[in-house]
Amino acid sequence: MSDFDYSFLLEVLIGGLLSGVMYSLVAIGFVLIYKTSGVLNFAQGAMVLFAALTFVGILEHGVPFFVSLLLTLLIMAVLGVAVEQTVLRPLVNRPPITLFMATLGLAYILEGAAQLIWGAQVHGLNLGFDDKPIALGEVLVSSFDLFAAAVAATMVALLSAFFRFTRTGLAFRAVADDQFAALAVGLRLPVIWAIVWTAAGFVALVAGLLWGARLGVQFSLSLIVLKALPVLVLGGFDSILGAIVGGLLVGASEKLAEVYIGPLFGGGIEIWFAYVAALALLLIRPSGLFGVKLVERV
Amino acid sequence: MTAIALETSVPSRRLPRWLPILAILIAAYGIIPVIGTSYLFEAILLPFLALSLAALGLNILTGYAGQLSLGSAAFMAVGAFAAYNFNLRIPGLPLIVSLFLAGLTAAAFGILFGLPSLRLRGFYLAVSTLAAQFFVKWALTRFGWLSNYNSSGVIDAPPLTLFGLQFQGPLGRYLFALTIVVVLTALAARLMTTRSGREFIAIRDNEIAAKVFGVSIFRTKLLAFGLSSFIIGVAGFLWAFAYLRTVEPDGFNLDRSFSILFIIIIGGLASIRGAFFGAALIVVFPLLLSRLGALIFGGVFDSGVLDMSQRIVIGALIILFLIAEPSGLVALWDRLTRKFLVRR
Repeated sequence: MSDFDYSFLLEVLIGGLLSGVMYSLVAIGFVLIYKTSGVLNFAQGAMVLFAALTFVGILEHGVPFFVSLLLTLLIMAVLGVAVEQTVLRPLVNRPPITLFMATLGLAYILEGAAQLIWGAQVHGLNLGFDDKPIALGEVLVSSFDLFAAAVAATMVALLSAFFRFTRTGLAFRAVADDQFAALAVGLRLPVIWAIVWTAAGFVALVAGLLWGARLGVQFSLSLIVLKALPVLVLGGFDSILGAIVGGLLVGASEKLAEVYIGPLFGGGIEIWFAYVAALALLLIRPSGLFGVKLVERV
Repeated sequence: MTAIALETSVPSRRLPRWLPILAILIAAYGIIPVIGTSYLFEAILLPFLALSLAALGLNILTGYAGQLSLGSAAFMAVGAFAAYNFNLRIPGLPLIVSLFLAGLTAAAFGILFGLPSLRLRGFYLAVSTLAAQFFVKWALTRFGWLSNYNSSGVIDAPPLTLFGLQFQGPLGRYLFALTIVVVLTALAARLMTTRSGREFIAIRDNEIAAKVFGVSIFRTKLLAFGLSSFIIGVAGFLWAFAYLRTVEPDGFNLDRSFSILFIIIIGGLASIRGAFFGAALIVVFPLLLSRLGALIFGGVFDSGVLDMSQRIVIGALIILFLIAEPSGLVALWDRLTRKFLVRR
């Protein structure tokens, strides 16, 4: 390997990191809900699909971009409240696994409903942004990926500011810290859950728009949940920082593995590599890189 | 999964426990073969039997031993492809032996992917079982040897023979599947009342307490994974060889894993009968829904719309069951029959 191509390595690495940002974006939605209600929300992927399809559906009716964005946000908020009322509230105090299975059911409902309302065909989505490769030194980087990374960074900054500086954010942190203590000081859990699900819906919308612009808005958007899960396992289910670092790690290692190890196995190892990497890490650190030490007591 | 008691309550105090079982066996072997049409066998009973068996296997792992798995379909695929390969590579091997070997192969895979359960719990474990799902599917499509270099990856299943008997036609395949399901169900039901079965439940309910009582966590968890995967592997064999008669990786996708999980939620966790109740609902329900749709709306509904509404209804059913009847159809059934018998 004397003529090892370093700029190619760098290109793969940067491409991987940027696609990792997209994984983080989905994973953050999970973390929000897991932190505050202890539910692993499998429906996050379905929410991404639902949000993106709704947005595109409204847009295709000739509604201006920002109006449809607002309308979709409103719909996601209604959805968040509805989920709290019909699914979470009746299941209060049930084991976390039960809630997880309920979100599986929710995922089915959302996937079905989104496609029933807006049709199952692929919708194109143009965010008014050309995907031109930009040359950074010798390395070519997709400008859309850079844009996506910028959006993701902005969103993370917004979320962090929200958690740190607002009363609601403070309430979120209190609930995440200790539900019973939060109840005892008079925080209303149902309201907070509804807000959190709305926030997760907002994250899902952003993720859905970026992924949708890349892949087209279609059913497969719902499957990015499967890409986000190893990210969560790596980063820990309850850490936003973990979701970001995990996403970057998964994105980069998966692309590097595909390019450099993949040919040994005949390629296509991208599908399971992230899972195996996450598992290997878990055997060493059972709560992920940034997770709180095992919360679940036996 | 905390409050699932041992299934010791007999549905009624007046009927002996073996009576309903006998009645079902008589109906399954004596009555259904006589009155059944080939549509009944092909579209309802064969998928029902295969899915019931798979759900039974998952119920041992998830319901009894408390280890959530999202990779059932992968173990079904391993069973189906292993049986195909044993049958193909070793000429003259009786089908029943390759069936058994296929189960063992699936069990080996199950134990391998069950290893993380020794360190992980709950969601982390559930996510790690997804690895099985993706890895197996990748391996099956990537390595042509496994499907005998068939270009489409879809292969025809050989005919079913057992001790020199040929099981042909829908009825024959039904009887073959039925016999295997009956034997494995009896063994599983018996096993759940032995020491090992009790140890599964002990681990599910309180791992530390179980450890204190001298239950080997290592042995018990891996046994649960192995046993459950054995049964699921055989179910995969039935799905491919008796129901579809083709072996293809695409049929064993994540949706299949979920539907097996749904079966045990709807049917009843930690219950042998639950697997059958749930499978009946999951198999019959879509057929009913499409009939109903055709009846009410005529041909207005295309299959896409029907598919989507089916997804919505199944999702709603899951949530409804989790909220209203967490112990599943089995509990509902027991309440109804008890009421009925007491009133008389």
